[in-house]
Amino acid sequence: MIDTLISSLSYPFVRYALIVGVLIALCSSLLGVILVLKRFSYIGDGLSHVAFGAMAVAAVVGLTDRMVLTLPITIVCAILLLWTGQNTRIKGDAAIAMISVGALAVGYLLMNLFPTSSNISGDVCSTLFGSTKILTLTKSEVILSIVLSVVVVITFVALYNRFFAVTFDESFAKAVGTKTNLINFLIATVIAVIIVLAMNLVGSLLVSALVIFPALSAMRIFKSFRSVTVCSAILSVFCALLGIVLSILFETPVGSTIVVTDIAAFIVCIIIGKVRG
Amino acid sequence: MDQLTCKNLKLGYENITLTEDLSFSVEKGDYLCIVGENGAGKSTLMRTILRLQKPLAGTIEYNDDLTASKIGYLPQQTVVQKDFPASVFEVVLSGCQNSLGLKLFYSKAAKKRAMDNMARLGISDLAKWCYRDLSGGQQQRVLLARALCATEKMLLLDEPVAGLDPLVTNEMYELIKRLNDEGITVIMISHDIAASVKYAKHILHIGNEFFSGTVEDYKKSAAGSSYLEGGEAK
Repeated sequence: MIDTLISSLSYPFVRYALIVGVLIALCSSLLGVILVLKRFSYIGDGLSHVAFGAMAVAAVVGLTDRMVLTLPITIVCAILLLWTGQNTRIKGDAAIAMISVGALAVGYLLMNLFPTSSNISGDVCSTLFGSTKILTLTKSEVILSIVLSVVVVITFVALYNRFFAVTFDESFAKAVGTKTNLINFLIATVIAVIIVLAMNLVGSLLVSALVIFPALSAMRIFKSFRSVTVCSAILSVFCALLGIVLSILFETPVGSTIVVTDIAAFIVCIIIGKVRG
Repeated sequence: MDQLTCKNLKLGYENITLTEDLSFSVEKGDYLCIVGENGAGKSTLMRTILRLQKPLAGTIEYNDDLTASKIGYLPQQTVVQKDFPASVFEVVLSGCQNSLGLKLFYSKAAKKRAMDNMARLGISDLAKWCYRDLSGGQQQRVLLARALCATEKMLLLDEPVAGLDPLVTNEMYELIKRLNDEGITVIMISHDIAASVKYAKHILHIGNEFFSGTVEDYKKSAAGSSYLEGGEAK
């Protein structure tokens, strides 16, 4: 087993997958805490479907680098969704449901109308559930992922206090002069970036799991915002590493393996939480 | 000295006017209770004073170095906060947001202010507790400590005793009175008319009837007597 692992590590694409996997897990767990607390757990799901639709459009148009299109479209939708949560006729959850299934339908329709490869169901399946085996990334994708992840982590650390304030009590934050609209706008943008990055790893149907599970697990055990955030990040990175390694060893689909380790960690955390009282 | 002067305020939303031609002023050290029936615009008035929303007409002047962002605000609790994993210290410290400016992290002075205000309200020993594990009365104290971090001059309280049991309600009123005695101006929205008359110096009654003045005059006024009788009948 160890031999398989060591020989796998000699391939650059395995190392790329590990690096990108860890970074994505880190970023998604940081923002996950805020999303769960803001009651936006489902926004990840909605946005990933938007990204799926955008990816289909990019494929049809014939873009080689699909992120050029998916990233901006997803960011715009994220901002729209977080905005509509506040004051419109269509309430937050309905707006997410609408955009999410709409994008899914349009994406699938486009893929069928303008097939770019002979194996449509294979394409759809890997976009929805991630690569069937280990993730294969080009060097430029890896570099882009690293740069975006670093930007996300820096943004989060730098604005940590403001993110906390706006999540805990938006009215109070606004009343004492914090620019809550700007902070919400940044949160939306960062989430969109993470979703697009994470889609490569676990596919668009499973992205939400990566965002919410570590946060929920950490909340079972810890009692302060900072410890929840730190624990969530550590747990998420650990589960992603373990998931990727397991998927190499047992040749399972990488995305669902990571999510299953996240679920296992969640169950362990529930038990720890119960024991501690 | 007047800290806050509202002139000819018209409050409401795009098509709905809640209150018109509202003028009153609040002195330094005042204790003002805003009363009135549901939907009269009490919360809207408070949100307008805090600049969370714009008045449809009229002006609000801030004097004595007061700005909207230097008012300590105690909003009603939201659903989100009920199960929020944050320590008491983190919540209180977030009251120092207006001192952050362009800085990223809280200064030592801000942390000290948070500690001092927790001591002031007798919740120092709860510093490491999780906010969601506290009782309703303790949570209100935490939010009050947070509001105090934001201000040295004026507190705006939106139904601070909602959902508290009678004993804790009394404690909360005494606490607010003590802060008022220390020189902090208090403006409070309240449905508890008996307590308002007991503790406040001035009453602002908005809605179907209008009254603005001292508690003594309020008791004699038409708005006050009908409202007080209604309150006692309950």
